[in-house]
Amino acid sequence: MAKTSRKVPALNASSMADISFLLLTFFLLVSNMDVDSGLARRLPPPPQSEEQTSQEVQRRNLLVVLVNSRNETMVQNQMSSEWYATVEELRGAGGKVPLKDKVKEFVLNTSNSEQLPELTEKDFGPPIGIVPVTDQHVISIQNDATTSYKMYIAVQNEVVRAYNELREEGARKYFNTSYDELTEDQKNQINDLYPQRISEAEPKNYGGQ
Amino acid sequence: MPALNSSSMPDIVFAILFFFMVTTTMRSETLMVRIKLPTASEVQKLEKKSLVTYINIGPPMDERLGTGTRMQLNDRFAEVSEIQDYIAQEKASMNEADQPLMTVSIKADEETRMQYITDVKQALRQAYALKISYSARQGQNQ
Repeated sequence: MAKTSRKVPALNASSMADISFLLLTFFLLVSNMDVDSGLARRLPPPPQSEEQTSQEVQRRNLLVVLVNSRNETMVQNQMSSEWYATVEELRGAGGKVPLKDKVKEFVLNTSNSEQLPELTEKDFGPPIGIVPVTDQHVISIQNDATTSYKMYIAVQNEVVRAYNELREEGARKYFNTSYDELTEDQKNQINDLYPQRISEAEPKNYGGQ
Repeated sequence: MPALNSSSMPDIVFAILFFFMVTTTMRSETLMVRIKLPTASEVQKLEKKSLVTYINIGPPMDERLGTGTRMQLNDRFAEVSEIQDYIAQEKASMNEADQPLMTVSIKADEETRMQYITDVKQALRQAYALKISYSARQGQNQ
């Protein structure tokens, strides 16, 4: 068999770059990188029967945050109540106690006050151990029909900020590190210590247009 | 001047190409309502996109339709009463194991009145879509 040495001609690959650039441009254009972000909440399940619509909560365990139709915020618990007219005041402008400090004081009840949520001792496992917590507290965020969504989100944001700061402080105290650096189990421990108990009330119609 | 060796250029371009192919999610719907999201500082990222259902609320882009608040589900305008069917439909198209993890992202314009949001929330409760997220941009207010 005569062996004819046949050479395979080299493939011209110079247009490869052009083709892949074309594909690249296509994917560049259709891709959107922005990840959706937001404030996560859990709604209560729908009421099963007519009677079973409201849950009884002890007065001292309840912090009412009401945003009215003029976008003013009222924060009230058994101890005190406070009005905030603007978002800046919610953060402490004009000598007001910031909303997040109100929430933190309410959730922690360090002074074991009769007017703030009752403390019960619970075991959270090592290294936290048995500590008293207010596991029955409820923060009820209520709104009017004409409240603006922007203000509602601002108030929600301040309440979540209070919880996040509490968790951060808890992580520093018990694990000597910031909350973001904890392992998943440690995060769950801290979350159990300071659970977000925010209730989005059944709609009510207060006065207002 | 010696010619620049560009034989590795396709490789590099392919590498970038694959990156974009993997990260891309096709824009599935065109917005028909104008949405300026509110800002919040404590937002969390919604991780799995396949588990998220969107509800868009805002004034219509098309000014002939007026300035009243409208809601867009998929590619059309809808009424609040249609939410239950929409959620049921979206749930049915999911894996059975994923169904309890479904999150509804409410993308609402910041000027929306809470009455509308409350109605939507009540409808979501009836539809047992209890995990929700108020979509917001990361940043300080004002």
